[in-house]
Amino acid sequence: MDGAQLLQQIINGLTLGSLYALIAIGYTMVYGILRLINFAHGDVLMVGCYLAWFGAVQFGLPWWAALMGSMALTALLGVLIDQGAYRPLRSAPRISALITAIGVSFFLENLGLVVFGGRPKAFERPEIFNQLYQIGDLRVLSHSVWVPIITALVLAGLLWMIYRTRLGMAMRALSRDLVTVQLMGIDTNRVVAVTFALGSALAAAGGIFWAMKYPQINPLMGVLPGLKAFVAAVLGGIGNVVGAVLGGLMLGFGEIMLVALWPELAGYRDALAFVLLIGFLLFRPSGILGQELPS
Amino acid sequence: MKRLALVLCLSLLAALVAAPQAGAAEPIKVGVLMEVTGPSAMYGQNGLKGLELAQANRPTVLGRPVSVVVADNKSDKVEASNAANRLIQHEKVAAILGPLTSGNSLAAAPVCEAASVPMISPWATNPMLTQGKQYAFRVCFIDPFQGQVGANFAVKNLKAKTAAIMVDIAQDYCVGITNFFEKAFKDLGGQVVIKTPYSSGDQEFGPQLMAIKAKNPDIIYVPAYVNEGALIARQARELGLKQPMLGGDASQADELIKIGGQAVEGLSFTTHFDENGVTTQSGQAFVKAYRAKYNEAPDSCSALTYDAYNVLLDAMEKAKSAEAKAFVPYLANTKDFPGVTGVLTLVAHDAVKPAVILQVKDGKFAFVATVNP
Repeated sequence: MDGAQLLQQIINGLTLGSLYALIAIGYTMVYGILRLINFAHGDVLMVGCYLAWFGAVQFGLPWWAALMGSMALTALLGVLIDQGAYRPLRSAPRISALITAIGVSFFLENLGLVVFGGRPKAFERPEIFNQLYQIGDLRVLSHSVWVPIITALVLAGLLWMIYRTRLGMAMRALSRDLVTVQLMGIDTNRVVAVTFALGSALAAAGGIFWAMKYPQINPLMGVLPGLKAFVAAVLGGIGNVVGAVLGGLMLGFGEIMLVALWPELAGYRDALAFVLLIGFLLFRPSGILGQELPS
Repeated sequence: MKRLALVLCLSLLAALVAAPQAGAAEPIKVGVLMEVTGPSAMYGQNGLKGLELAQANRPTVLGRPVSVVVADNKSDKVEASNAANRLIQHEKVAAILGPLTSGNSLAAAPVCEAASVPMISPWATNPMLTQGKQYAFRVCFIDPFQGQVGANFAVKNLKAKTAAIMVDIAQDYCVGITNFFEKAFKDLGGQVVIKTPYSSGDQEFGPQLMAIKAKNPDIIYVPAYVNEGALIARQARELGLKQPMLGGDASQADELIKIGGQAVEGLSFTTHFDENGVTTQSGQAFVKAYRAKYNEAPDSCSALTYDAYNVLLDAMEKAKSAEAKAFVPYLANTKDFPGVTGVLTLVAHDAVKPAVILQVKDGKFAFVATVNP
């Protein structure tokens, strides 16, 4: 592999890693606050993609309007899922909420199959993300430039919110001890709702950028990115947004480099993600940036 | 005398009343096991259209109505095997049409074999499906032939001396056909410079394509299902690979063009059927009826499912029975059947018939040639 090829692979890895990171942020936020692994995150992402598709193709909206509209509606969906499926189980054992999350995931997938049909739909890549830059042997899609920038901006925005605003302070407090925070007179349900809205909107954004890179959407499209984002979140230290971005980048680079160095191992790419997951759970369950929780 | 007349009238009336009951014979149940949802839904849904048309054209056999029971295998091997079981045990079907893909058919066939229920796959081309089985059939050609046709086209028409092969290791179809292509291509003096694997559901093919780019082959042979095939084509063009691409029968779905866009222009592939390559009268009638009903061109899956339905009913008619034991020998001896996908003869449960080569041109599938076996 020569220099140009290596650079090309690094760019590929950065793009894929940033996409995983974008999706993993939403995953990790919900976990950080509720200690709930929201397995429906990938399917919320799918709904977000279809909403954007309807906006862009059926209603002819420009891509940014379709993106914003989809994020707003998906945020609403996230709040509704929380209200309907998770809030009644807030004081139930954690395993009940987890099983409910899996139920929500199946519900959304099958609803998608009924409403949108099983055949994949073509997703348009907007012109701004479709420019092909050519430098020598190197080819870079403008999408690959924008996605890391957007991920970085989202991360910066979230860090500001979490550490510099009253809402963020409430979120951090909530993640420590929900009951005590409630006793302090903070409306925990509102904070949780905002977290779900944010997490779901980010899932929609992540999904839409994913669909721009791999321009087809189908009702089961969220399953694998969802699982990979979960792995990324665990790698980085679940509950930690910086960790989620690091985990996403690590996973993206790892997957690309595995196949780049050993093309014959391409069939094991998904296995790599889950081997990493098992390894981390065994040897460093708190992830790269996570802190050991006092028991 | 009056009493006699009355008795006669009454018995006549009774006969009239009884007659329709005798006519409403018990329906013959035919199971249809299709990829209605899941990653292969585009094939399964076209298959169902072909089936619907076939049943509308020929709703009865042996004077009994045909009742079709559709089961969705969700494009999944485990579901295919379970659904085959359900059709046989619960619905008591006389025969099963489907599944379409080789992987799902290979999963369902042992279930049918164990229950002695014949299964006819319209579209599964992996040769293993029928080998050593009494009850597995298909109405399409098999991959040793398709791989040969592909290799011939690569060498003679595309003037290829070297080829890269991309193989979906999760699909029996892709693993099989790439091996047959490789062998045929080598026999014709070609050289396979790289063979890179991927798995169904993968979306990022950059690393594999970069490895292929480094070898600079004359063509890329990628007999992928369209979910992956369209993305491979797009990413190949984005990474600056300009080689012609050659695919297999799984390339024939509208989604290839809708998702692949400009990147699949010039992609050619071997397949079973195209409306411009129709050779039989029944084929012409089929194309006309299909276009009238669905307002689109029929594809291989719809045409082959149509044929599978009629081949089955023909065998039942010849055997004058819907009992598997009685009609399976007739099914196995199907000869010169005027199918819509060509005149077909079953040899060792596999159809022997011509292949078609198509190419994507101006956003449409364009007919290139018919290749006889």
